[in-house]
Amino acid sequence: MIKKKPKYGLLIDYEYCTGCHTCELACAQEYKHQPGVRGIKVFEVEQKLPNGSAYLTYFPFPTEVCILCPHLTKKGLEPACVKHCMAACMKYGRIEDLAVEIKKPRMVLWSGKQ
Amino acid sequence: MAGSKAKPRSSDTEIIQTTSWSAGPGCHGTCGVLAHVKNGKLTKIEGDPDHPFNQGRLCARCLAMTQYVYHPDRLTRPLKRIGERGEGKWQEISWEEAFDWIEKRMDRIRKDYGPESVIFSMGTGRDISPWLCMLAYAYGSPNVVFALSGNACYSPRIAAVETVLGDYCVPDAAQWLEKRYDDPKYRLPKCIIIWGYNIPNTCPDNIFGHWFIDLMKRGTEIVCIDPRMTWFSSRAKHWLRLRPGTDGALAMGFLNAIINESVFDREFVEKWTNAPFLIRTDSGKLLRESDIRTDGKPENFIVWDSSKKEPVVWESNRAAYRPGTCKPALHGNHTIVLKDGEKVVCKTVWDGFCEEVNKYPLDRVSEITGIPKKKIHAAAHFFAECKPSSIHWGLPIDSTPGITPTAQAITALWCLTGNLEVPGGNIIARNAFECVSYALPGAEGVIKLASKEADQKRISTDKYGPFRKFIWRAQTDTVLDQIFTEKPYPIKAIWMQTGNLIAGIGFEPKKWVEALKKLDFIAAVDLFMTPTTQLADIVLPAASFLEKDGVRSWWVPLQTINKAISVEGCKPDVEINFELARRFDPNLRWKSVEELFDNILQKSGMSFKELQKKKWALPPEGNPSAPYRRHEKGLLRKDGRPGFETPSGKVELYSSLREEWGLEPLPHYEEPPFTPVSRPDLAKEYPLILSTGRRSFAYFNAEHRMIPWLRELDPNPIVEIHPDTAKSLNVGDGEWVWVENWLGRQRFKAKLTLAVLPQMVMAAHGWWFPEEEGAEPSLFGAWKSNINQLIPMGSQGKDGLGAPIKNLLCKVYKV
Ligand code: SF4
Ligand code: SF4
Ligand code: SF4
Repeated sequence: MIKKKPKYGLLIDYEYCTGCHTCELACAQEYKHQPGVRGIKVFEVEQKLPNGSAYLTYFPFPTEVCILCPHLTKKGLEPACVKHCMAACMKYGRIEDLAVEIKKPRMVLWSGKQ
Repeated sequence: MAGSKAKPRSSDTEIIQTTSWSAGPGCHGTCGVLAHVKNGKLTKIEGDPDHPFNQGRLCARCLAMTQYVYHPDRLTRPLKRIGERGEGKWQEISWEEAFDWIEKRMDRIRKDYGPESVIFSMGTGRDISPWLCMLAYAYGSPNVVFALSGNACYSPRIAAVETVLGDYCVPDAAQWLEKRYDDPKYRLPKCIIIWGYNIPNTCPDNIFGHWFIDLMKRGTEIVCIDPRMTWFSSRAKHWLRLRPGTDGALAMGFLNAIINESVFDREFVEKWTNAPFLIRTDSGKLLRESDIRTDGKPENFIVWDSSKKEPVVWESNRAAYRPGTCKPALHGNHTIVLKDGEKVVCKTVWDGFCEEVNKYPLDRVSEITGIPKKKIHAAAHFFAECKPSSIHWGLPIDSTPGITPTAQAITALWCLTGNLEVPGGNIIARNAFECVSYALPGAEGVIKLASKEADQKRISTDKYGPFRKFIWRAQTDTVLDQIFTEKPYPIKAIWMQTGNLIAGIGFEPKKWVEALKKLDFIAAVDLFMTPTTQLADIVLPAASFLEKDGVRSWWVPLQTINKAISVEGCKPDVEINFELARRFDPNLRWKSVEELFDNILQKSGMSFKELQKKKWALPPEGNPSAPYRRHEKGLLRKDGRPGFETPSGKVELYSSLREEWGLEPLPHYEEPPFTPVSRPDLAKEYPLILSTGRRSFAYFNAEHRMIPWLRELDPNPIVEIHPDTAKSLNVGDGEWVWVENWLGRQRFKAKLTLAVLPQMVMAAHGWWFPEEEGAEPSLFGAWKSNINQLIPMGSQGKDGLGAPIKNLLCKVYKV
């Protein structure tokens, strides 16, 4: 099934995501979500590196529920999660524009449903 | 209502700018927030993008405020106990009845036993502490208590740094500059040591944790000192994974590497520290002018002038040599003729300091800390050779009875490497514009006891030097003892304000319950019923930060808290305490709360209303509360001379105060009292190191368990166990386990994680279950997963400070 090509998305520089869960709460507040429902969910990944040392990564994962905050972006404001992100590691925009901003390792470009 | 209203975004919503400090997020930070208010109700909260502290960002706890302020369990009426203590039977009364009853009860106690027989107890430091002091002092009691054993949170570090250099220091993240990192006066630190701090979780100590991430994005490299794997450790250039509690040994090792390989700032050492002062080799004490001259003053010290080859006097009160010029020797033994003609050999402080440091060769430090020698060496050099560098430290430093000698060593690190008071280094932190509401150690504000005499009965001032000199609280362990012994005087009542003694801050909490039950009267002020308020005779419902006006001056900026909403029935702490203070002290200095705020803000030249309009203010250059290089400019000392606010006016590598208090004046390492090294006997039965106190991103200490959005993020009391250890214990991820030691056992949910070393576990703190039965014996499940039951009271250091919180022993087995 062919779906409409998405125009907007989030560019996530997950190297800097600290796992603070602000994005989850910003979304929950914006949409008064019930506990359990989130537009974005933060995952913790721990791994052992070849040198034996332990390494921690967090990744904010936009879920099925994310609609990219059109009521805010239409007014020129940032999505609630992006605005509050404590590490300022997410950016909202047109996918083409965001793609050119991938200039460092450990970034993910996520396409939304808009 | 607030003078600082932003433009409404829709016609019926008003946006009110305020400051996040206080109940709500619960932290020590000072985020600017925008409260969206519709028909008097909070509909949404956002970070204020124009605020220099958080620049629009906000944490999960603050973003959950709509669930917090309108929570169905919020206390909204004063409650008077009608059953037995702890039985959970309450009667709602009016505020007027509550005030009258408290006044009557406390007046009686004051008449019969004196005001000092009432303890005023608080939890963590925020916009409650000053008002708690105001009430205690108006009543006449000097006994304000922060109820953690060894007062082991922040105050010990502040007191220790003040012992060395007369003021406290924090790392420079450009927080004094409006344009922050872009200000041309600022320099990016090339290296920051993050020492025992997972600071993105909850911004403790008035530092916004994510500033360090801002700096890292701009190029700052991290040295992470932490037994736990954290976000920082994973991104650090050097990660030193030490055995919990051995920070002091590591700091001495750093000094060793830095001094012996001469990567320190010799000019700073000669000019600004007491390194050239002479120490008598017969007594081991500082040589004083009174030792060599009959008319000499004991507060003056002696150096050896290496060009004139004679002793020269350092006049402490002028912070200068007499006569003016002197080339003081840093090394060597010098024979000095005393006033009675006797001769005594003296060495320099610097030689004594180096001797102490040389007791910690890296092999030995490696053995104590468990970190390979090479790694220590590389990290120490990286720190010392990067200019500027800074150090940011956390609670683990306070979490050992050896706190002060550890903090002396770490303070010496930032001083000796030339990073004191330079842009991007460690900066002397004073209250903004020197306006003091909450008098942290060393600070003096307008809220004071009526007289110095009234302070003499403060518990433990006779025992502990830092409590006489810097810390205006009573020593907690001594307070608990005194409740039982009634010596030297009985304690009859306690006023507890937004601190959870039983589930959050009190170690051996069952002892605290017993102590509370011994008292004639217990009043509690809080926002929710907790295991602690449950034991009170009267409970008063307090307001969150959104429901009150307040002032904040803790470091920077200076700003106001602006009332955005009201929750019917709740009162701000300041108003509760002001009403009672007025009743207890008819001569109270202030006629209204606003007058009190104006008085606190006086030194800023602004009134409360004026500051409210301005929103926030940063002290300008030249103000004693604004950096940089104030010691050179004479901005630190009251007399306007260059130097520091220490007894000698120098950075005291050898502490004259500690000498006066009969304690070791030089930094050193003390093995904590309950480790596999200090107690191999106990370690046989309890082989794992027990650490606690790590922060949760969802909670501030014992708060927030009732907020659905937050509880969902961190639903259970977790104990972190290394997968290899768990395997040997036959424990699977998510299984419930007992964590046990000689004080008891508690249930935790095992999280198998590489975050901890195999020989340790990390148990979450502050756990109680608001959803469970409140009445005794349950006390909201306070006896199920309360790690404080495994931590002893009474293990404070020789100066009354510190407690073994992260370096105990335990065993773990399946439930
Ligand atoms: S973009 Fe909007 S809807 Fe999507 S996760 Fe962020 S806050 Fe939620
Ligand atoms: S708010 Fe930002 S830093 Fe925090 S968890 Fe979400 S993406 Fe990560
Ligand atoms: S914890 Fe940090 S982000 Fe949250 S309100 Fe406090 S200072 Fe602001």
